Amino acid sequence: MMLAAAFTSRRGTLLLLVAVMLLVPLVAPSSFYLRVAALVWIFALAALGLTIVMGYAGQVSLGHAGFLGIGAYAVAIGPRHLALDPLLSLALGALLCGLVAYLVGKPILKLKGYYLAIATLGFGLIVALVLASESAVTGGPDGMPVARLSLFGWRVTGALTWYWVTAGALLLGALLALNVEASPTGRALRALHDSEIAAAGAGVDVASKKLAAFVIGAVYAGIAGALLALMNGLITPETAGFMHSIELVAMVIIGGLGSVTGAVVGAAFLVVLPQALTSLQEYEQAVLGLLIMVFMIFLPSGIVPTLRRLVLERAS
Amino acid sequence: MTILDVQGLGISFGGVVAVDDVSFTVAPGEVFSIIGPNGAGKTTLFNLVTGIYHADRGRVRLAGADVTGVAPHLLAGRGLVRTFQNLQIFFRMSALENVMVGNHLAERTSLLSDLFGFPSVARQNRATRRRALDLLERVGLARYADVAAGGLPYGVLKRLEIARALAANPKVLLLDEPAAGCNAVETEAIDALIGEITRAGIAVVLIEHDMKLVMRISDRVLVLAQGRRLAEGQPRTVRNDPSVIAAYLGEHGAREADRAYG
Ligand SMILES: Nc1ncnc2c1ncn2[C@@H]1O[C@H](COP(=O)(O)OP(=O)(O)OP(=O)(O)O)[C@@H](O)[C@H]1O
Ligand SMILES: [Mg+2]
Repeated sequence: MMLAAAFTSRRGTLLLLVAVMLLVPLVAPSSFYLRVAALVWIFALAALGLTIVMGYAGQVSLGHAGFLGIGAYAVAIGPRHLALDPLLSLALGALLCGLVAYLVGKPILKLKGYYLAIATLGFGLIVALVLASESAVTGGPDGMPVARLSLFGWRVTGALTWYWVTAGALLLGALLALNVEASPTGRALRALHDSEIAAAGAGVDVASKKLAAFVIGAVYAGIAGALLALMNGLITPETAGFMHSIELVAMVIIGGLGSVTGAVVGAAFLVVLPQALTSLQEYEQAVLGLLIMVFMIFLPSGIVPTLRRLVLERAS
Repeated sequence: MTILDVQGLGISFGGVVAVDDVSFTVAPGEVFSIIGPNGAGKTTLFNLVTGIYHADRGRVRLAGADVTGVAPHLLAGRGLVRTFQNLQIFFRMSALENVMVGNHLAERTSLLSDLFGFPSVARQNRATRRRALDLLERVGLARYADVAAGGLPYGVLKRLEIARALAANPKVLLLDEPAAGCNAVETEAIDALIGEITRAGIAVVLIEHDMKLVMRISDRVLVLAQGRRLAEGQPRTVRNDPSVIAAYLGEHGAREADRAYG
């Protein structure tokens, strides 16, 4: 019953997430585990943004880490070069992500399928390139240090603190994503995912809804990138790199396309597994790749939708 | 009185004229049928009228206003709504949600209120849900409300599309072969439903191959062949037109239509 509710209701999903967030610090043997968990929350937040773009609206983005990079460099550059408060820089970075997404999305979201995929890929490459080459501002390929975050005079530092800050951000992100899913906007997005022509026929302004999803997804990624930079205290152009973009897509698909819980599970899968596999040393990447293949073969609709089906079948 | 006025509409695809100088008008509460052999250009005509294709020639007026070249979602807002010959269903959504999407234009929320889950969203969702349930009831699909549309049979989806279209509050409803692939009982239900729709003052433009249905419920019939208007008039007149019989109805069709008149 409990499990069925967790999979089907908004409140259930959030409660499950809160329960896991409360549990992890109790069982984590060291602060290393808390750091890994905080990374999961951060990447889950970025993956949630992509869930709105890909899972709800069905628009692929292979350059989403570009927004991760913009958000991350905003909190690095703002305090250092413009003497801005880190928190204000985070907000401005999120705003910048939304603006860039609007300007980039307007022309490229007219494209479909593979063509959109390649266009978004191009966007991600450009961001990574700019971050790597504008050394005077960004520190070039070596990256740059990030000033510590302080909230109203309180310095945010330590693994447990970051754990709670990132958990809070993810929880808020999950709440908003769930809000959207069940709203008129969410229905319009999910509708145009299945048939743009029928959605337009029902009066949905397909172009502007896609753009809205893209902008929201970008803001999610921007905030995730900022948190990543602030927590690590160091940032490199790799953050915006192609590998990260692909990882985000993989998280969304392995967890279950369009599912909020799925984005979190997918992020956990791709953040935790590499850590767990480090003892395999040179085989790490191969085993990770193999595991991804096995999961996709046996759970083609993603981890969470498959579990949901099993639980609901058992419940009924 | 005229609600839809189509004048000289035409389009070519790579030199092939798919629709050639077609004109017609439709009045509120009327069933106006378009028939013709496969490839005659019927669906293409719908695509032109609903703004999916841009006409090379001609004009479309809706409730007196020129709407030629207006985008499909804006036309829906002006009351021009359609269903599709090859089903366009939101397969991942429940039957109820499919119809709820049809109510999109009447929904009064903003992106920000949807994001932050303001109470107005819950109110709107309840209102939309009620309306969608009513419409499912009306087309006889209430029991499928919570079933994923992807798992529903073809005949049911045909009616689901009509319910979704009705949710958009049409002034003119264009139905592209609503009875295709439906059994006798389902066709009967669609027949009755079209009657109900027109009684509410909605104009129905119907593309249909089921001649029995067409002859029974149409006020007027337009016959297309190779993109051109072959004949237009009351079902009785069209049915007896020699050129129509030669081009489309044939012996079989004429006999079937006769039976329909009884
Ligand atoms: N987008 C397009 N590109 C090229 N040709 C097209 C396009 N749309 C329609 N056509 C052509 O226009 C002609 C009319 O097709 P249409 O689908 O309108 O016929 P129809 O009367 O609806 O036939 P049916 O009864 O089989 O549904 C066909 O020859 C078709 O191939
Ligand atoms: Mg057709």
